[in-house]
Amino acid sequence: MINMDWVGEYVDLDGVDLNDLATKITNAGVNVEAVLNKRIDNLVIGLIKEVKNHPDSDHLHVCQVDIGDETLQIVCGASNVREGLKVIVAKVGAILPGDFVIKESTIRGVTSKGMICALFELGLEEKNDLTYSKGICELDDDAQVGMDYNIYAGLNDALYNLDLNPNRAIDCTNHIGFAYEVAAVLNKKVTLPDADYHEIDDSINNHFKLEIGTDKCKYYTAKMATDVVIKESPAFIKRRLESAGMRSINNVVDISNYVMLEYGQPLHFFDKDKVKDKILVRMAKDNEKIITLDSKERTLNKDDIVITDGTKPICIAGVMGGENTEVDENTKTILIESAIFEPYNIRYTSINLDLRSEASVRYERGLNYEYTLKALNRACYLLEKYADAKILKDTVIYDEIEKKDKVATITKEKICKVLGTTITDADIKDAFDRLGFNYEYKDDNYIVTIPNRRLDVAIKEDLIEEVGRLYGYEKIEAKLPVLTDKKGSYSPFIKYYKDISRHLRGLGLNEVRTYTLVSPKEANMFRYDDGELVKLDKPMSLDKSICRRSLIPSLIKVADYNKARDIQDIMIYEISTTYYDTDQEDLKLGILMQGKYVNTTWMNKNINVDFYVIKGILENLLNYLGLNNRYTFSVTDNIPSDMHPYRSAEIIVNGTKLGYFGRVNPKVSKDDNYVLELNLTKLYEIKTGNIKYKELSKYPSSNLDLAFVTKKDTPSKDIMDVIKKACGKLLTNISLFDLYEGENVSEDEKSLAFKLTLSDMDHTLQNDEITNLMNKVIKEVETKTNSKLRK
Amino acid sequence: MKDKIKSLQEQLQDKIKEVKTLKQLNDLKTEYLGKKGCVTALTANMKDLTLEEKKEIGSLINKFKEDVTVLLEELQSKIEEEELNKKLENEKIDITLPGLEIKSGSPHILEKMIEEVEELMISMGYDVESGPEVEKDLYNFELLNLPKGHPARDAQDTFYITDELLLRSQTSPVQIRTMLANKEKTPIRIICPGKTYRRDDDDATHSHQFTQIEGLLVDKDISLANLKATFEIIAKKLFGENVKARFRSSFYPFTEPSVELDISCFNCGGKGCNICKETGWITVGGAGIVHPNVLNNCGYDSEKWTGFAFGFGAERLAMLKYGIKDVRTFYLNDLRNCDTFNRRENI
Repeated sequence: MINMDWVGEYVDLDGVDLNDLATKITNAGVNVEAVLNKRIDNLVIGLIKEVKNHPDSDHLHVCQVDIGDETLQIVCGASNVREGLKVIVAKVGAILPGDFVIKESTIRGVTSKGMICALFELGLEEKNDLTYSKGICELDDDAQVGMDYNIYAGLNDALYNLDLNPNRAIDCTNHIGFAYEVAAVLNKKVTLPDADYHEIDDSINNHFKLEIGTDKCKYYTAKMATDVVIKESPAFIKRRLESAGMRSINNVVDISNYVMLEYGQPLHFFDKDKVKDKILVRMAKDNEKIITLDSKERTLNKDDIVITDGTKPICIAGVMGGENTEVDENTKTILIESAIFEPYNIRYTSINLDLRSEASVRYERGLNYEYTLKALNRACYLLEKYADAKILKDTVIYDEIEKKDKVATITKEKICKVLGTTITDADIKDAFDRLGFNYEYKDDNYIVTIPNRRLDVAIKEDLIEEVGRLYGYEKIEAKLPVLTDKKGSYSPFIKYYKDISRHLRGLGLNEVRTYTLVSPKEANMFRYDDGELVKLDKPMSLDKSICRRSLIPSLIKVADYNKARDIQDIMIYEISTTYYDTDQEDLKLGILMQGKYVNTTWMNKNINVDFYVIKGILENLLNYLGLNNRYTFSVTDNIPSDMHPYRSAEIIVNGTKLGYFGRVNPKVSKDDNYVLELNLTKLYEIKTGNIKYKELSKYPSSNLDLAFVTKKDTPSKDIMDVIKKACGKLLTNISLFDLYEGENVSEDEKSLAFKLTLSDMDHTLQNDEITNLMNKVIKEVETKTNSKLRK
Repeated sequence: MKDKIKSLQEQLQDKIKEVKTLKQLNDLKTEYLGKKGCVTALTANMKDLTLEEKKEIGSLINKFKEDVTVLLEELQSKIEEEELNKKLENEKIDITLPGLEIKSGSPHILEKMIEEVEELMISMGYDVESGPEVEKDLYNFELLNLPKGHPARDAQDTFYITDELLLRSQTSPVQIRTMLANKEKTPIRIICPGKTYRRDDDDATHSHQFTQIEGLLVDKDISLANLKATFEIIAKKLFGENVKARFRSSFYPFTEPSVELDISCFNCGGKGCNICKETGWITVGGAGIVHPNVLNNCGYDSEKWTGFAFGFGAERLAMLKYGIKDVRTFYLNDLRNCDTFNRRENI
């Protein structure tokens, strides 16, 4: 949150419409999400002239409150209400947060024309036991009776709520950094705040020594201030901190935060009397402990940077100070630290300790070394002015930081080429001037020195962006690239599975998409593939902790969800990746079918899903893929135990095991679910030929019906295979048209009736040919399959 | 003889009136035209006549025979039609009874959305590529100009499997893989739709699993103006010809300059409504000119090659296009939605 009243101290905003400015800044790339203020109409500063007890209440008071142009009678229940107090009065008509409208009212028979307010009632403080017990807000004596409280408290200040990209979160989270952006947009100059202060004769060097024992701290500066008076902050500091979402604590602590919100440089104040005569910055030891400002004990390790007094830690560098050197109401002398630490370590520490502070996020993003000393001096200035501090002379500085100018070279031609538009030298110079980037123009080259406050800008492409955004992307005209003609296409595998997907939809199956991450229980269901489960290192919940190996558990969930919504016929499929062994990703097809595959409603000829329906779908698909006659289904040990042991089969194509199908074991799902899982990655590897026209016989074909009685457990396929072999190429089609068990067939037997279609390419088959063939078929089937012709 | 014929004719007229069924008609036919019928009988009487008379009477008989035949045939078709009509009437059905429910399967909403983009991009010469979802940190971050410890990694809180392996947080690693795999370093035009994962708690607007559609073009002298034109075509195809495209400056580690892709609100035309949150514009994706570090990391010399990359969230596009309010809708798979989405659209 940026306070524009505050920004106005660094760049002239007189007469600038702040809503317009917000739009301009947004268009230039820093997104102002909202322009807000905390204004509440009809708030005025009043003086309580008289307090009397309410005649009809033991805790209410009847007050006469002078608000300048009139005196209001207000009934107030606060315990701290007293004569002579300056207070905030919400007049009739004021609307307080929560749409609470102030009206003239009668409270137990006494008229009340307004309300004396507590800060939490104005939304300026959180409502809690502490703020509630404070009662109404007591204003300073210098508050002017009759003055608009909004002006007094800065509630009119426009606040910009920024939605920052990570690159600009470095500079635009601070008021001076944002002032430079405003200046670039408005073409104005930035003035840095005052930092001149007096120094007393005593030198900081008489009081302590600095030692840096790690290369993770390249820049460390310090000043000392004595005779500090701890008190409340001046109103402007309080309200600015509050507008930025920080709580006012006391003048000294507030100043460190105030300067951080100005420059982005976090400061740390130590109570010098609690520190001895040494500061040693070093890496922590494993298991070293410190109690931080929030009274919690923290355990450190060797990757955390600590500030010590030579022996024990007194601060976790860049993250949080220690309780043992905290500034409190008795503090007289303070040591001011302004330093730069390695961002990587600060990030590590704050993640490791789960401790994020306004300071730590700034250290993580990186700091501008040019502001380190400026912020230190600014703090001294404010301490002198608002905490009566005396500043000791000299500054302790450890400085190993690399201070190389960032220089990038760019040409007008390159800028025009990348933006795809014509930009003049004047446009480019204007952009650099506005940004405050110094440049030299030599041989068509702009040699640009990038100020350190813009840590996000380093290379020539960054300069193109800076010029482009200030020039205005809306001015770039769309122009299609001129490219060589080329046809676009799906990669062959994507084309393959999209084709399968479309084919399945044609067969009446609906596509679904489910989550990759599943629970350990689901991950171990329908186990078909070998290989280790792929588990997340730090899952958000156990429910979503493992990458699935099978799609079937997810499909059963979808079926259950729909079943619960009274959908009876569920025909779904999903084509998704499954995972095992971290380097093995296979695309699988999962199908689930339940209910009626064909629902003929009033016609009463429904087809219910069963093993043979899903088998039909599978055969249709495999035939479509050109795998006719190259697949078999068998009952094997590989079929997951979550499947029905006697109504499931493994799918084997070209000798490769690719999946399984059948009924889900009732112990897993009580619904009559039929499922299929097929490995498409492996299926794709099986090569198939192209379509070739097959000459058809010109002569009429003959049909032959044969029925055999055989043992119940004889697979029909065995008989069919024998028939096929016996007929050879004369057989153009064979189908099983009847399965019979019951009367006239003994109990352990069944009858299978086949229809054979026979034809020859050269002639019409004659009766004797057919009879001979028939006899051959009967003989072969009877001898090879232990079956008898059914007469 | 003539009188005889005349009287037979008159009798026939009367008899025809009596005929109601095919059986009666056949009897009548036999009576007149049968072997022993009266017409045959007339011919039998002719042998005693003179040649002249034979001629005259013969033609009279023939004429009579023809007349009878025609009359009876007409009668036959009339009766047949009546009988057929009666039969058809008995076959009357209730045409309001429901037809057979022939169900074809529906594509998933996201698939529909993705294919719409794919179809367009293929027509513009882009190939559609895919890549692994369990991805190396190297491809998902490091080669995309996001070294370890880079604060911008925070914006994509990622599911790690090991220190070096993760569930991809974006489909950009497919771009890296495509550039690395192109050994001859020839121009590239691809889109890569796919599943991506981030550590988000699922709610109406967040999903730990979501779908990105990213595009990459690498060639010579590619500019932001080129990107803008390409984006405009996509925006118009998805949201209608009246939609305008806008760039807003943005930041992505793998592009420089980076832009947000906005479209003018297709609902209110830019006046402001609840869909565009009163701004008149809707952000639909991000894009930019490929960062030189990314090109160089993948063996494309950034001094010679430039490119643009863009990305959309398929869920977001579908939510906007179809007015879906809750992102979880896509993963609940309520089959009642199939009836809504299983149809073609005019575009």
